[in-house]
Amino acid sequence: MIPWLNPALEQLFVDAAIETLTMVGGAAAVAILLGLPLALLLYATGPGGLAQNGLANRPLGLLVNAVRSTPFIILMVAIVPFTRLVAGTSIGTTAAIVPLALAATAFIARLFETAFREVDRGVIEAARAMGATRLQILVKVVVPEAMPGLIAAVTVTLVSLVGYSAMAGAVGGGGLGDLGIRFGYQRFMPEVMASVVVVLIVFVQGLQSLGDWIVRRIRRR
Amino acid sequence: MSAAIATPGTLPGETAIPEAAIRLTELRRHFSTSGSTLVKALDGVSLSVAPGEIFGIVGRSGAGKSTLIRCVNLLERPDSGSVRVLGEELLGLDDAALRERRRGIGMVFQHFNLLASRTVADNVAFPLEVAGVPAAERKTRVAEALALVGLAEKAKNYPTQLSGGQKQRVGIARALAPRPKILLCDEATSALDPETTQEILGLIKTLRDQLDLTVLLITHEMAVVKEICDRVAVMERGQVIEEGRVFDVFTRPAHPTTRRFIADTIGHSIPPGTVARLPAPGAGEARRLLQVLFAGPNSTRSVISEASRRYGLDLNIISGRIDEIAGEPFGIMALAAYGAPEQIEAALAWFAELGLGITPIPDSAVEGH
Repeated sequence: MIPWLNPALEQLFVDAAIETLTMVGGAAAVAILLGLPLALLLYATGPGGLAQNGLANRPLGLLVNAVRSTPFIILMVAIVPFTRLVAGTSIGTTAAIVPLALAATAFIARLFETAFREVDRGVIEAARAMGATRLQILVKVVVPEAMPGLIAAVTVTLVSLVGYSAMAGAVGGGGLGDLGIRFGYQRFMPEVMASVVVVLIVFVQGLQSLGDWIVRRIRRR
Repeated sequence: MSAAIATPGTLPGETAIPEAAIRLTELRRHFSTSGSTLVKALDGVSLSVAPGEIFGIVGRSGAGKSTLIRCVNLLERPDSGSVRVLGEELLGLDDAALRERRRGIGMVFQHFNLLASRTVADNVAFPLEVAGVPAAERKTRVAEALALVGLAEKAKNYPTQLSGGQKQRVGIARALAPRPKILLCDEATSALDPETTQEILGLIKTLRDQLDLTVLLITHEMAVVKEICDRVAVMERGQVIEEGRVFDVFTRPAHPTTRRFIADTIGHSIPPGTVARLPAPGAGEARRLLQVLFAGPNSTRSVISEASRRYGLDLNIISGRIDEIAGEPFGIMALAAYGAPEQIEAALAWFAELGLGITPIPDSAVEGH
């Protein structure tokens, strides 16, 4: 697979790549699932929203900002008790998904919220004029109209998650970043470091191109 | 039908005063903008639109017409007043009942406001979907609505693939799919080129006749009013300053703002320098510049030559034009009258007696251009 690495290292590489994919995929799935309703809530209760409600909007916004402003490496160790509660352990790949998912949820919720805000107000007004309920407006108008923006947000989140996942080594999460630190840096193996960097670049490029392609496809209609 | 048993001339509907389709009473809506200035978007507006009529509200931007049309389906809630649509007060209704009523009031927008994520057919289906119409019926109603606006072949296209005029046709089809009795047009043609505007206005008129719609439209273009409206209200600073049959308002505008609107549309300005080149009045003679409006029963009479003979005047026609407003012809002419001052006055009195509209043109107004 990678000619300049010996078979043992190659196996480590494959395992690390799978761990990265697991962490990024798992965290992204949770983030999308939780981030979408959270973003809809932020959007609807926000200023000028469909169900404007400062009492609900401010605490939610504060919570999201709190998560977003905590450096990921700190967040990861700060929520260890919570991680243990959810995953049963605070060490390993599965355990690393918990803080990753939390950070990504806050991140993607803001990006989704921004995408919703960009939906033309005229279209929402038209839906109101046609007798749509607020829920119908969210589900049938806001979400579908924001779809290109939502896909772009997912792409950005995935790319950020690849970066965050490099820090998962701190809680024994493994992954390509951890491999790079332990072998490439601590054991002075520049070929491992170079391979990690190259693979991550290719991986991120692939994600970005795929995301862009989907957005273009939706927009062209 | 009850008409079958009633004898001609005694139909109950004939004597009863028909309930207005839309009756707005004393609407007020104030906005406080950033700072403390209070904007009176609606400052005591009352209007009523008869069933089957096309009623236009014209005004400059900021006159309050946009707020007014949004009060009809309560997209905008007035601070006070009454909004009656099809005989029912809307202001007291709860959310669910209001949504139900909104489905009976179609609305068309300046920027079309179509859903980019849906095909033409799915856009038209939207109001039906929202109202819970079953899928099978939705399909026939969508086909029917698209046929009405002549866009059946574009059903599977997305809005971005359509021209502006086509998009507005989709907007109209969408508004009409739930079979409303009332259509609100919010600057429906303002984003379209003149040719497409004609097309869309023609369509609205046809649909009104075909479907028995009551249409309330707002516009900043008097040309739109002239083209399709039966009656018009002119708004300025949150108030209706003039209201009446389109022909009457055009031929006998009472308010200066209305006159300015009309001058923009039926363009009657005298080229600069024209007056300067007119011959000066001779000794003992006076010169008067005036605008004559030909409308009403005497508009086809040869009044110019008659006036010339009767009062011994020389009448110099500076400009003239014949137009048609709301299907009625009218003419507008600028004259320079030369003659004895008292004869000129007598001629003016005679014109007025004939029911022609006379407006003196001050020399300075023309030279000042």
